[in-house]
Amino acid sequence: MLDKITQIVNDYTSNQELDITEQTTFADLALDSLDTVELLMKIEEEFSVRIEMSEDIKSVGDLIKIIESAQ
Amino acid sequence: MKRVVVTGLGCVSPVGNDVNTFWQNLIAGKHGFGEITKFDASDLKTKIAAEVKDFHPEDSIEKTAIRKTDLFAQYALAAAAQAIEDSHILNQVEPNRFGVYVGSGVGGISTFLTETEKMLTKGPQRISPFFIPMMIANMASASIAMKYNAQGPNLPIVSACATSTHTIGEAFRAIKYGYADAIVAGGAEASINPLALGGFINCMALSTTNDPDNSSIPFDKRRDGFVLGEGAGIIILEAYEHALKRNARIYCEISGYGNTCDAYHMTAPHPEAAGAIEMIRLAVEESSQSPSSADVGESLYINPHGTSTPLNDKSETLAIKAVFGEMAYRIPISSTKSMTGHMLGAAGGVEAIATVKALETGIIPPTIGYKEPDPDCDLDYVPNTARNHDIDKALSISLGFGGHNAGIVLNKLAQ
Repeated sequence: MLDKITQIVNDYTSNQELDITEQTTFADLALDSLDTVELLMKIEEEFSVRIEMSEDIKSVGDLIKIIESAQ
Repeated sequence: MKRVVVTGLGCVSPVGNDVNTFWQNLIAGKHGFGEITKFDASDLKTKIAAEVKDFHPEDSIEKTAIRKTDLFAQYALAAAAQAIEDSHILNQVEPNRFGVYVGSGVGGISTFLTETEKMLTKGPQRISPFFIPMMIANMASASIAMKYNAQGPNLPIVSACATSTHTIGEAFRAIKYGYADAIVAGGAEASINPLALGGFINCMALSTTNDPDNSSIPFDKRRDGFVLGEGAGIIILEAYEHALKRNARIYCEISGYGNTCDAYHMTAPHPEAAGAIEMIRLAVEESSQSPSSADVGESLYINPHGTSTPLNDKSETLAIKAVFGEMAYRIPISSTKSMTGHMLGAAGGVEAIATVKALETGIIPPTIGYKEPDPDCDLDYVPNTARNHDIDKALSISLGFGGHNAGIVLNKLAQ
């Protein structure tokens, strides 16, 4: 799942160089709150899940947990 | 009270994406009309427009920001970048004395269309988080301020086709009365999509001739509406003393501004042009130039609204005659919309640039496509070819849906 999310993030930020781990935060990726909402919408489409937008989703690890519990 | 001068120019237009190309095409009498390429217009009565060509947003906007920026704001940022570079004002003005007055008639109407389609097909939860910030018409002004750290007065005016003459006029007043040292002023528009075209067609504003050479023909008897244009026109206004102190290049002075409303009809001009007459009178009065002064007709140029709609050109002619009397017949008047089309909220901006260039060069751009005189429009419209004619001052007029009337007076700086 991390690979797939890495790919989506790379596509979204047009940056293939990012080294993404579960600890990576959206702030590390220079994504603001609007960027994060848009990214989550792309992830919802990709994984066919509904994610409730929340301020608690701060890192890629948080995101993986949310997707897994939604699947 | 401060004197106010113009120290920078920038544009993105259907006849050129920089001021030099724009101006060379205007004085060569070349128009920017053609079949619509942005979408399939075969179902619409109007199939031509004045589109911007070869626009490269990456030249002036960070790559990651482009898709979060509606095209109207992209045009504004590109034109502002040129004007700011031209003026060399960056780091020469205090951030809290540096303002931005850049408006738009309809703002991000293409973003509006895209997201509405998404809502109807996929549901409201799929609407982009960037929908509102991209669509709102103030975002060009805000984006320019962010990019150049302009923390002073910021006023994105929305007055339809009068928008950017209002922004320039209000910026002039703000500097004149001491609220800022320099202001980036003008307007931007990017509304060539089926929603806007369809709307303009149905309110009977657009030409349906579909002949690029005979559609936007201001003051010609055959005129049947305007041709939709797009782009941005931005100028830098600056306090004269401030410009002098930093040895800036000064194009000309801005000395008068008029702002009135017809208070009459949503789209039609007042039958006696009452609002436009008063607006011109106010602008000329503020510029300390009496309309009855004997030499006005010899030294004045008017860049009119001149949209090529039957009503506008007739009532605007009436207004000019009412203010200037017999002298109106000696004033060269040319509508550059015969070449740029109607750039709506950006029109006043690019027309101010054309007017500044006419003052600077002594060349008056023509009204092209002019063949058949109209008894209701019997002034000197500088038909078809540019004219060498030294002018000392010029009036640029914009009239908008809603009955908004705006005019500015520019003049050569008295030595």
